[in-house]
Amino acid sequence: MRKDERLDVQSTAAVPDEWFEWDDKEGRSAEAVSRPSLSYWKDAWRRLRSNKLAMLGLVFLVLLALLAIFGPIFSPYDVNQQDRPNQYQAPSSEHWFGTDSAGRDVFTRTWYGARISLFVGFMAALLDVTIGIIYGGICGYKGGRTDNIMMRIIEILYGLPYLLVVILLLVVLGPSLGTIILALTVTGWVGMARIVRGQVMQVKNYEFVLASQSFGAKTWRIIRKNLLPNSMGPIIVQMTLTVPSAIFAEAFLSFIGLGIQAPHASWGVMANDSLGAILSGYWWTLFFPAFFISFTMFAFNVLGDGLQDALDPKLRK
Amino acid sequence: MLRYILKRFGIMLITLWIIVTLTFVLMNSIPGSPFTSESTTNEVIQENLEKHYNLDKPLFVQYLNYIKSIVTLDFGPSIKQPDRSVNDLLGQGFPISAELGGFTILFAIISGITLGIVAALRHNGVIDYLAMAFAVLGISIPNFILATLLIQKFAVDWELLPVATWASWKHMVLPVLALATGPMAIIARLTRSTMLEVLTQDYIKMARAKGLSPWKITVKHALRNALMPVVTLLGTLLAGILTGTFVIEKIFGIPGMGRYFIEGINHRDYPVIMGTTVFYSAFLIFTLFLVDIAYGLLDPRIKVHEKEGD
Amino acid sequence: MEKILEVEDLHVTFTTYGGTVQAVRGVSFDLHKGETLAIVGESGCGKSVTSNAIMRLIPSPPGKITKGSVKFKGKDLTKVSEKKMRSIRGVDISMVFQDPMTALNPTLTIGTQLTEGIKEHQNLSNSEAEKKALQMLELVGIPNPDERMKQYPHQFSGGMRQRIVIAIALICQPELLIADEPTTALDVTIQAQILELFDEIQQATGVSIILITHDLGVVAKVADRIAVMYAGKIIETGTKRDIFYKTEHPYTKGLLSSVPRLDQRGSELTSIEGTPPDLFAPPEGCPFAARCEFAMVVCNKMYPDETSLSDEHRVHCWLQDERAKKLQAASSK
Repeated sequence: MRKDERLDVQSTAAVPDEWFEWDDKEGRSAEAVSRPSLSYWKDAWRRLRSNKLAMLGLVFLVLLALLAIFGPIFSPYDVNQQDRPNQYQAPSSEHWFGTDSAGRDVFTRTWYGARISLFVGFMAALLDVTIGIIYGGICGYKGGRTDNIMMRIIEILYGLPYLLVVILLLVVLGPSLGTIILALTVTGWVGMARIVRGQVMQVKNYEFVLASQSFGAKTWRIIRKNLLPNSMGPIIVQMTLTVPSAIFAEAFLSFIGLGIQAPHASWGVMANDSLGAILSGYWWTLFFPAFFISFTMFAFNVLGDGLQDALDPKLRK
Repeated sequence: MLRYILKRFGIMLITLWIIVTLTFVLMNSIPGSPFTSESTTNEVIQENLEKHYNLDKPLFVQYLNYIKSIVTLDFGPSIKQPDRSVNDLLGQGFPISAELGGFTILFAIISGITLGIVAALRHNGVIDYLAMAFAVLGISIPNFILATLLIQKFAVDWELLPVATWASWKHMVLPVLALATGPMAIIARLTRSTMLEVLTQDYIKMARAKGLSPWKITVKHALRNALMPVVTLLGTLLAGILTGTFVIEKIFGIPGMGRYFIEGINHRDYPVIMGTTVFYSAFLIFTLFLVDIAYGLLDPRIKVHEKEGD
Repeated sequence: MEKILEVEDLHVTFTTYGGTVQAVRGVSFDLHKGETLAIVGESGCGKSVTSNAIMRLIPSPPGKITKGSVKFKGKDLTKVSEKKMRSIRGVDISMVFQDPMTALNPTLTIGTQLTEGIKEHQNLSNSEAEKKALQMLELVGIPNPDERMKQYPHQFSGGMRQRIVIAIALICQPELLIADEPTTALDVTIQAQILELFDEIQQATGVSIILITHDLGVVAKVADRIAVMYAGKIIETGTKRDIFYKTEHPYTKGLLSSVPRLDQRGSELTSIEGTPPDLFAPPEGCPFAARCEFAMVVCNKMYPDETSLSDEHRVHCWLQDERAKKLQAASSK
């Protein structure tokens, strides 16, 4: 299209005669521009990337994971190496995060704590998802009577006070890494199952699922090809929210004396140990575990929020 | 409506029974029974225990007796404190814990809802961003860390408020603040998001087309619909606050139920653990039931759903 | 006849992350007292935005009236204060929405929803307002209005709800009623009843109606005049006869031939190829050119001026130009 021609033309009468020719359709259709269509995951990733807070959370979590793995290697101290004469040393070039009541290096212990906290968080979330998907998937897919009975069970379990049951289990089983994860899973999967069921119920009625059913696709194939990809979004979001709540639960349990037992370091144990110390001014003993618990939860929360916005197809423009 | 209440009541009873039975089974599965002489040092207590729990009888009889004692609200003797029963501890601790929890939930609801509404009405404005930044922080900082932080600043550094115990309103400020911040943040976020969703609904546009004032639209049309999801959340929040009281009472040295519970756990005082767990659970489950009823009253559609659902 | 509404050169834009959408690009039309004007077009053509702009109900941000005027009985509504606008909404101008399932607040009784508008605007006692509401429910054909007043929206069927929405719109006896796709969400049999109701109401109250729809079948029943919108512009307007029998614009022709008709035996149903243009960057020429089978070179270069075919019948199309007629004549040989 030649723009210069248009500019001289002010009125209809002045439109040049040669413009009154049939338009060449062939040439025109090529001109039609459509916005590039992105795949669902690419599009979601693009939107997540534009969310600065969520990206901050993601970067922090990646760094934290790296430090949890490699941090202790760079430290000359052992996690439980006591050094009574050097107790309550303020942060310095020797001890970057200071030392605690037993003269242990807080820097080293913080990364060990990160290992425990992240491990508990991810394992609990993973187990929740596994059980939740199986249970919720069966509910949603079978529907009818099976669903009715299974949902009643969920409704009843949902009413159980979650942390009380965890506490009770730990009193009986005795606290350890395994029992904590077990106790958190026993009570935690219910929420996930509810979400999965809701998703499956919704996706099941989509026309493309009905279509593939009518073509005689096998149940398992429908679950794998249609149900899972389409209900993945809310499940991932729920997972990002399960991890911090498990991390919180571990810290909370440590704090009331039912967590990982000393001499193991977890952030909750470290915070609990330093309760008395901060009143005497040894702030670093509490600050570092407290900061990392809070910032990890913050990171998961903002990442979860970001993922929710990015994965929700309803908001798609 | 009656049908709905009865159904909820039934579910409540089943949940209660499960938690009561679970407690019994778990306690009895502890190797060597928690009530054997190893865990006690006092012969009087041992006798009390055996009498209360009928430890010489078969397990099934023990179970029936246990159920009976719970129904009659008799939680038996404590192992570590020979002169006191679990009932004494509950009677002493519960009013204080209830006060702490009550103020907390009140404060969390009022400030959380206000914050959420203001943020939604100023969507994408400065207030919205500040409120939501505050909310994310509130959710991220565990209450026991916030509590120590508050003590450090307000009580130790600035000496504005007392460090511990439970005597006047001044003693309540820090524990309530520490306990309420999390639930408040959750309420604020939920209120904001449901409010934003409700504000895009056709009936809000219709209310505007009627020429109603923004105040009337917000309060009469938007708020009620926006708060319904918040009501359903109350049960969960209450559970969180209740478990939160354990640590808050421990940190602030408040002589509530939670502190006895934690002490019970640390000393493996099983009757205390059992008694408090059952009491707490019953309390929570009953509140959950009340919340469900409140929801039914708020949402006129519930009645029909019940009919259609079955 | 007295003009109740004059819309002139109305422009509305929406600012989004992806850019600025020019949803309405210079819309002008008049409405006479007691008349029904139908605005017809595909979804996304700007017809609903136009109706919301008249009521000043465009969410802002992102929406904004950037140019033009909306004169209601001589007063420019784009210039009055929000407070003044509130006293006009529901009183002088009312609106009926598309989906009666979502237009009523699920947690309030329909009695409350009926009376709150009139209580806001006129100093009526509760019993007077209720009496008024009962009259309205009777007018729109709700049986047992006494009982029904105390019920909630979920206790009504879709058609009944739309009747209630109409009753709410009419309770303050407005002079202008804007109905935005009032029958789209309803069953076909109910659609006819609601359209008849509009006719009855107009005869009973003399209200002027703007009917927004994509359905020419609806238009044929109730409209006096029709404006056809495409990509944010009115491309053809005229009386019902003009539009149905003296159709000039190729887009209007396309719309008509995509509606099933009983009166023309053997005529085939056709659809219009292609999709409307992207309003982020609307074309410089005629927006329909890309889909038009009579498109000429000029159509892509310049938007055509208005051609008046009669007092009422006006069209924007290059085919009205003498030179285009010659070209057509030459091609048909």
